Amino acid sequence: MIEYALFAVLLVLGFGFGQLNEQRHYKSIKKREQEMSVLPAVASKHPPTDTQYQQQMVIGSVVVASDYFKSFLANLVNVFGGRIRSYEPLLDRGRREAILRLKQEASKQGASMVFNVKYETSRIGGGVTTIEVMAYGTALIPAQNSVVHA
Amino acid sequence: MSSTASVNMPESEMIVTNLEYYPGMAIEKHLSLVQGSSVRAKHAGRDFMASLKSIFGGELAGYTELLHESREEALDRMIQQAQSVGANAVLNVRFSTSSIASGAAEIFVYGTAVLLQEEL
Repeated sequence: MIEYALFAVLLVLGFGFGQLNEQRHYKSIKKREQEMSVLPAVASKHPPTDTQYQQQMVIGSVVVASDYFKSFLANLVNVFGGRIRSYEPLLDRGRREAILRLKQEASKQGASMVFNVKYETSRIGGGVTTIEVMAYGTALIPAQNSVVHA
Repeated sequence: MSSTASVNMPESEMIVTNLEYYPGMAIEKHLSLVQGSSVRAKHAGRDFMASLKSIFGGELAGYTELLHESREEALDRMIQQAQSVGANAVLNVRFSTSSIASGAAEIFVYGTAVLLQEEL
């Protein structure tokens, strides 16, 4: 009996805090995406050659975990198969956060854009689904604030 | 924030980039493929916090930091290797992560060590 009670408590806690966490995170992501929209991060491999740029690799990464409630839902879906809606926001949050951190680092270096951005997603072992998302790319820093030709 | 990194180490004037060329500079010589790796395990304190977090969801800052540290180490090793072959840049750098056992991850980074020279 006590096990069921504990289970129910965990579900409720997971649902409540998980939802709260997600909403907060999305709010902050949207705000920062607006701020960072001046600094494009693209997947192209060929940087513009009009100006001289200094190159520097930048990385952004984040580890995010699903909550108890959503993992429970996902396990249920696993029985029947189909789209696991409860994990989709998790991956979306991870990717967007990683890119934001990448851009944050790039803007700290005085970059005007980031080229050849790549994602890496990996699952981190443990009970509840935990993923790491890493984004990396090459920040292009306009040459006027740094000497390219030494 | 600790989970972001700028890769060029101050002590080494190594250019590290994941583009294939460097506008304004010509590749004088392709030297070799260089690589660096690092295997890390989670530690108990972080694991405990993580298991608490797994009820509520959200970011596991401890793990973010752990993976960040091992990435820095892998990069360091790659840069050292590039220095030892006499390169001044590593182009086309890529990362790969694999979990080799539960609780341990390998971070692997590799690229092409080259000698760049200013275009005349």
